[in-house]
Amino acid sequence: MRLNRTAAIVLRHFYLLRGSPARVVPLFAWVAVDIVLWGFITRYLNTVASPGFDFVPVLLGAVLFWDFCTRVMQGVTMAFFEDVWSRNFLNLFSTPLSIPEYVAGLVLSSIVTSSIGLAVMVALATAIFGLSFLSWGLLAIPFLLVLFLFGIALGVLGSAVVLRFGPAAEWFIWPIPALISPFAGVFYPLATLPTWMRAVARLLPPSYVFEGMRAVVEGRAAPAGDLLWGGCLAAAYVVLAGWTFARVHRHAVRTGLVARYSAESLS
Amino acid sequence: MGVSAAAEVLRVEGLGRRYGEKVAVDRISFSVGHGEVVGLLGPNGAGKTTTIDMILGVLEPSAGTIRVEGLDVATRRREALERTNFAAVYAPLPGNLTVFQNLRVFGLLYGVRDLQGRIASLLDQFDLRALRDVRCGVLSSGEQTRVCLAKALLNRPRLLLLDEPTASLDPPTAREIRASIRAFAAQDAGGVLWTSHNMVEVEEVCDRVLFLSRGRIVLEGNPRTLPGEHGQRTLEELFIAVAREPLALEGG
Repeated sequence: MRLNRTAAIVLRHFYLLRGSPARVVPLFAWVAVDIVLWGFITRYLNTVASPGFDFVPVLLGAVLFWDFCTRVMQGVTMAFFEDVWSRNFLNLFSTPLSIPEYVAGLVLSSIVTSSIGLAVMVALATAIFGLSFLSWGLLAIPFLLVLFLFGIALGVLGSAVVLRFGPAAEWFIWPIPALISPFAGVFYPLATLPTWMRAVARLLPPSYVFEGMRAVVEGRAAPAGDLLWGGCLAAAYVVLAGWTFARVHRHAVRTGLVARYSAESLS
Repeated sequence: MGVSAAAEVLRVEGLGRRYGEKVAVDRISFSVGHGEVVGLLGPNGAGKTTTIDMILGVLEPSAGTIRVEGLDVATRRREALERTNFAAVYAPLPGNLTVFQNLRVFGLLYGVRDLQGRIASLLDQFDLRALRDVRCGVLSSGEQTRVCLAKALLNRPRLLLLDEPTASLDPPTAREIRASIRAFAAQDAGGVLWTSHNMVEVEEVCDRVLFLSRGRIVLEGNPRTLPGEHGQRTLEELFIAVAREPLALEGG
C-alpha cells in the first residue's frame, strides 16, 4: 500500500466538498433535522410517560448512534458514487492504484465526513436536549467503533453492488439502513421482536450496541462479551465486504465492465 | 516483429480477447520500441480500443502476455502501470474538478516526484496556465483533450497510449500536440502507441503502423512506403482497402 495513492482519493473528495456547498450541507443538515425532530418527540414522551424514565438517552441517543452508522456508510458510498457519476473508472483503474488503496481512500473520506455529522449531532443533542455522553461513560467508544465498522462494511458492500450491477443499482443502496434498523433493535429491545427477527438481529453488530446502550441507561452493566462479539462480527463484515469488492472488481476487469462502465452499458 | 527485445518498451505476444463466441482480438503480437511512435490503425470495431484496454490492465486478456519494459501487466501490474499512461477521447477527466486539481490527484496516483513543478511545466507545455483553476467540465473539447494529454505525460511514462488524441482538436492545436508527442518520444525515449483515423497525421507522426482488422494484425510497416508496397497511392486508400478486404491484404 502506498499512502500517496490513498491520499489522492481523499484529496479528490476534499476538493469536491470544498467546491460544492451542495455536497457539504447534506453532511450535517439531515442528521440535524433528525436530532431536532427526535429531540422534541423525546421531550413530549417524557411529559406523558411514567416519571423517572428518561427517553432522551434511550431514543435520542439511539437516533444519534444510528445516524452515525448511516453517515459512515453513506460517506463510503458517496465517495464511490463520485467516480460513478464522473465516469472516472477507466482513468482511475488504469493507474497503479490498488483496490486496498482505493477502498482505504473511501474509508478515510468517510471518517472525515461522518465525523462532521457526528459533531453536529452531539452539539445539538447536548445543547438543546440535554443528552449527556457521560451517561454511557467510556462505553461510548466501543459503541461508536462497532457502528463505525459496520457502517464501513455496508458502504463497501454497497459500492461493490453498484460496481457489479451499474449506476441504477444505487437505488438499492440508499434504503439499506432503513431495512436493517427494525432488525437491529435501534429503538426497542430485541425481546420485542419475534423469534425469526431476533435470529437475524444476532447477526447484526448494531443490535449488540443498542442492547448495551439500553442496559447502561437502565443502570445495568453492558454485557461486555456481547459487545466484543458485536465488534468481532463487524470486523469480520469489513473483511468480507473488502473481499467482495475486490472480487467484483476482478469480475469487472475480466468481463470488461471497468472499461465500459456507464449507465448505458450496465443498466 | 519490430524492435529488438532490449530496446522494447512494450511487448505483446499472442494477445487475445473473446466475448463469448465473438473474437475481439485474435492472438496478436507486436512491440513498441523506446523512442518509437507506432500507429495502431483499423476500422471501427477492429479491436484497437480492446487492445489498449488490455495493455492498461482494465480488461483481462483471454490469451497472451503484455510486458511493459519487461514487466508482465498480469503479475506486476503496479510497476507496469507506473511506467504507462494514456489519453483517450472517451475518457475525459472528472468535470467537477479543476485542471490543477485533476493533475494533482492523478499526479499522486502515479507517485510523481516534485509534483508542483511537473504540473507547472505541463500547464505551460499545453498552454493551460490560464485554465488552471477552471473546472474541466466547462472546458471546450479541445481544451479537455489538452488536459488529458497533460495528465498522460504527468509521470513521464515509458509507454504512452493515445486513442485518437487529436480527434477534437483544431488543425493548429493538433499540429502542436503532434509535435509534443514526437518530442516526448525523441527526448524522453518513450514509446507511443497511437490510434487515429487521420491518415495524414499518422504519416506525419508514426515510425511504423500496424493495421488491425477483425482483431488481427493484417499489415505492418512504414506508413510512408506501405501504400506503394500494396498497390495503393495513399495510406488512406490502403486503410479503406484493409477495411473492405482485410484477408486479401493479409500476408501480402
